[in-house]
Amino acid sequence: MPKKNKSLSNTNIWRVAFFLAYRQIKRASLWTTLLIIAVMTLTFLNLVVVNGVLVGLIQSSVEAQRERGTGDVLVSRLQQKNQVEKSQEILSVLHNLSDVTVVSSRYTASGNLNADYRRKLRQDETPNKVGANFVGIDPIIEDKITGISKYIVEGAYLQDNDVDGIIIGANFLYKYTPIETAGFQTLKDISIGQKLKLTINGNSKEVIVRGVIKSKVDDNDFRVFMLGTELRKLIGRTDVNVDEIAVKLLPGATESDAVRVKQLLLNNGFDESAKIQTFIEAQPKFLKDIAATFGLLGDMIGSIGLAVASITIFIVIFVNAITRRKFIGILKGIGVHPKAIEVSYIMQSIFYAVTGSLIGLVLLYGFLVPFIDAHPINFPFSDGILYAPYFGTFVRVILLLITTIIAGYIPARMIVKKNTLDAILGR
Amino acid sequence: MKNPKENIIEIKQIVKSFVDGDKVTTVLKGIDLEIKRGEFVAIMGRSGAGKSTLLYQISLLDHATSGEIWVDGINVTDMHEDERVSFRLKELGYVFQDYALLPDLNARENVAVPLIMQGYAMEEAYQIAEKTLVRVGLGHRVHNLPSKLSGGEQQRVSIARAIAHSPKILFADEPTANLDTESSAMVLKIFQELNAEGQTIVMVTHEDEYGDATDRVIFLKDGQLSDER
Repeated sequence: MPKKNKSLSNTNIWRVAFFLAYRQIKRASLWTTLLIIAVMTLTFLNLVVVNGVLVGLIQSSVEAQRERGTGDVLVSRLQQKNQVEKSQEILSVLHNLSDVTVVSSRYTASGNLNADYRRKLRQDETPNKVGANFVGIDPIIEDKITGISKYIVEGAYLQDNDVDGIIIGANFLYKYTPIETAGFQTLKDISIGQKLKLTINGNSKEVIVRGVIKSKVDDNDFRVFMLGTELRKLIGRTDVNVDEIAVKLLPGATESDAVRVKQLLLNNGFDESAKIQTFIEAQPKFLKDIAATFGLLGDMIGSIGLAVASITIFIVIFVNAITRRKFIGILKGIGVHPKAIEVSYIMQSIFYAVTGSLIGLVLLYGFLVPFIDAHPINFPFSDGILYAPYFGTFVRVILLLITTIIAGYIPARMIVKKNTLDAILGR
Repeated sequence: MKNPKENIIEIKQIVKSFVDGDKVTTVLKGIDLEIKRGEFVAIMGRSGAGKSTLLYQISLLDHATSGEIWVDGINVTDMHEDERVSFRLKELGYVFQDYALLPDLNARENVAVPLIMQGYAMEEAYQIAEKTLVRVGLGHRVHNLPSKLSGGEQQRVSIARAIAHSPKILFADEPTANLDTESSAMVLKIFQELNAEGQTIVMVTHEDEYGDATDRVIFLKDGQLSDER
């Protein structure tokens, strides 16, 4: 037989590695292969889902804050001002922007609500009364931006001619928020249709509770809504300025769209008249802090998931390699380069990790994400979603792959570097 | 100094010792040996005489404690492990006592592995493998896994794997020890045919009748050459 003089190249190492890995997987027990893949799928889901639910808890709050509270861009008064100056000019610019769909002007004021104003209290009796933020709105326009009518849990939403009606945030009612501390009071035994006395800046008005709002957004649940025209009268506003302007952009608007609108307003010099924020900037600080904390927590749990994945692969490959120690010795004995044997085991690890991840991805985006989006997990402070952005998931797949490669390589290397003859003779 | 081209194997004062704690056991005690190109040599001796140990040193599967080994004019004594692997792949062939086939690969794939490692294209490697299997009388068993072959058939696959790349030297460590008489005779016949074509063969055996079929028999006793015929 003519002898070829071929060089021992890296290509040959890869070819033999693939040759061995492919056949080893192909001829392995089907149930063992399925079990390993199932473990990798669960490991992948553990890595993405646990983190996704944790971050999703807060992400849903962040999204709710935008959808039910601030809109895409929020214009509010500067700290040292009592109102948004040049409100009408700002509104005029906003109304002329093509990607702005709705603009809601709001009036805000602090005051209190008293349920015990019709009877004389005993000296030792605490009045059924709370301090509150009042928001004057146009109910129809506001509903177009924040859709708050959907979150009325009792009674009905405000009508645009209801001069005496109020919608009260659930956090002011003991029934929904059963907390009583020195610094935090709630109203007890309040029912729909009940009259309350509203006082702002010493001006009082008798109002009727029309509904209770519970939207899991503090900006709504810690507010009392009423007609803007009525609140203007109570606070004695005589000019045309407002206190807040919530702006809704076209559906599907991104943060960069919001930034563009904000920049347009800044270009008009409105930053001296008002605070202009995108929905990201307008998030309450506590929400940002919790998001960061949960993100960190998710990463920590994810790291444990990665460690579990690497140990799983390590054990699988180690057991596989140790039971084939003799055959590894034979391969080396007949001249197969040790690197080819190591790479063949790494290829097997990659096969298990990639197959497990692919099944996990199908389960994640084909079932879990749409299902939880349609049926959010009902947490007390948010509607939990499964937050799994493509990029984050891609990074986790890569991390899992790298971990797998290392976890597959170490045991293979441990066995391959053993003395060839000892391996062949089983010493 | 001898011309290394004349001898395909030259070993000089080979010593192999095993250390177990404080205890040192010397299995090969300074062996000198020369094997000529195209020779069929049998190494014989009692159990524990050091036959297999000597074969492992010559075939580069093990490192001698001291001494020199020359194969085809190359001093292989201090070769790095990677060089040894490459040398074994290109220049040597092995037949093990227990066949040493890879259970996940069928007969053709077992024979093709070293060829693919050498850089042969898959199809070419398979063609050579099939031809070699036909030569050892297994043309009808190319797609069978080792578990579906008899002991004699497995050993013939092992021989096919060892000779498919036309090695300079074929080493066989008690190749008939686990076989029945008929299969043993078949294996020996293949070896004789290969030798007739010029293949150098070094075989360890403890069976006298197989020794008689070779060009030369070297006897080992207590780690030293004791006789030769």
